[in-house]
Amino acid sequence: MDKILVGLKRVVDYNVRVRVKSDGSGVETDGVKMSINPFDEIALEEALRIRERGEAKEVIVVSIGKPEAQQQLRTGLAMGADRAIIVTTEDLSDALTVARVFLALVEREKPDLVLLGKQAIDDDNNQVGQMLAGLWKRPQASFASSLTINGPSATVTREVDAGLETLEVDLPAVVTTDLRLNEPRYVKLPDIMKAKKKPLDEVSLQDLKIEAAIAIKATAYAPPPVRQKGVMVDGVPALIDALKDKGLI
Amino acid sequence: MSKVLIVAEHANGKLNPSTAKTVACARQLPDAEIHVAVFADDAGAIATDAAALSGVAKVLLIENPVHANLMAATIAPQLAELGGNYSHLFGPSTTFGKDLMPRTAALLGVNQISDIMDVRGSHSFLRPIYAGNAIVTVEADSKTIVVATVRTASYKAVSGDGDGVIETVSPSAELPSHTRFVELQSGKSDRPDLQTASKVVSGGRAMGSSEGFEIIYKLADALGAAVGASRAAVDAGYVPNEMQVGQTGKIIAPDLYIAIGISGAIQHLTGIKDAGTIVAINKDAEAPIFEVADIGLVGDLFQIVPELEAAISK
Repeated sequence: MDKILVGLKRVVDYNVRVRVKSDGSGVETDGVKMSINPFDEIALEEALRIRERGEAKEVIVVSIGKPEAQQQLRTGLAMGADRAIIVTTEDLSDALTVARVFLALVEREKPDLVLLGKQAIDDDNNQVGQMLAGLWKRPQASFASSLTINGPSATVTREVDAGLETLEVDLPAVVTTDLRLNEPRYVKLPDIMKAKKKPLDEVSLQDLKIEAAIAIKATAYAPPPVRQKGVMVDGVPALIDALKDKGLI
Repeated sequence: MSKVLIVAEHANGKLNPSTAKTVACARQLPDAEIHVAVFADDAGAIATDAAALSGVAKVLLIENPVHANLMAATIAPQLAELGGNYSHLFGPSTTFGKDLMPRTAALLGVNQISDIMDVRGSHSFLRPIYAGNAIVTVEADSKTIVVATVRTASYKAVSGDGDGVIETVSPSAELPSHTRFVELQSGKSDRPDLQTASKVVSGGRAMGSSEGFEIIYKLADALGAAVGASRAAVDAGYVPNEMQVGQTGKIIAPDLYIAIGISGAIQHLTGIKDAGTIVAINKDAEAPIFEVADIGLVGDLFQIVPELEAAISK
């Protein structure tokens, strides 16, 4: 296998408690810590491990969005990716347009494997990998918790509602990662310095001649209904009484 | 008027309740005619059960040996072909629907809406983002088909007293052979299904081990409840992945949810927001789970849980 393409999305850090703006026009992202989407970090870690086992030669990280996403690509390079591509666009693109961008990069780079996070923790869509596989007419193995490369195919175990499903997919294929696939490595300081010298290509959405899809429009944002804090009981008998009062036992 | 096609989810010869919940969502659309597509190798009762869902006018039955195991790669091209005649194409937001619907939407050249929690109009919906920290109103294009997944925890299953007809159809889409099913490892359990149970007992990292989880199973059996777990308990290997409740696990809405030794990370709370009554048992009085619990009890769970089980079994 030659190349693995990995997507890295810049998102609000998972430790930040996101708040809806008071006018309902969006969520507060000013001055908030931004990071690589955690599922994408797992995708990159997996790609690096495959390369370190000698089963792939090159790992390319890709981000689509504002120029600031270069920070996340530099982190990806520091983790060990060989080179990076940023596709710049001021409008945050919808999932289908993002999938079309990946398809254009796939046609250009001809990777044997595309590894993406199963969902981004901002819009929680869980779509791009499946869309790319559909447009590319190639296999998809979503929600992967284990991935083995066997020459021209891969064996992927998926976390599904019923348990663990294993698929065999011909390469090239799209695999999206679940939480238990691996634990990503920490970046070391010397690697951050080295990453500054690694190639980072900038491409604009226009350069790729992508036809933008019709986006799903978000018209209003609201905070979720708040559950009221309940009562504390002092022991099992009081708990039993409370459950009986509610008709639950 | 809306013409809706819903893809049925099923396993082991039985219709999954997620299908009846997706129908409930479709019934919120104005003036909806609802059809259900059943992909199976040998549908049997699945097709008749789908036709009996209240509000379903017709079942499209696609029988093909390739559907012995339901895979997105083989269903999506056929679903996209059938979808051409509809204004809406819905699936459940289970791992089955999440895997299938985006691929189908891409083949139809449209974007997809994930996790509909309420319908505001034929093209207007509510959905959660940021692990449920915000609810966004979304508008889909009115000139193209609406492809969406339905957040099943937001809906109650429709009843099974309808009288839809069954029609066998044969889509012509070419089916790929690049994706092959190998196996499904499923924990065998006689307990109620986690996603549809009216009572759920969940354990967290504080259970300490697989053996420590035994008291959770015993309490669940006394209550006739399903068993769930936090991500920490699954990561630690105490229980299998299919028991995980939360943002990336199962989103559930039981009448009673008992969280034991679970601190209440935001990602876990996302999975239980719609529960009727939440009971939290934890030794740490400051645990965030108490902020959302209807009834809280602070103390040593290894004493409390057996005592609770004994009191309920009495």
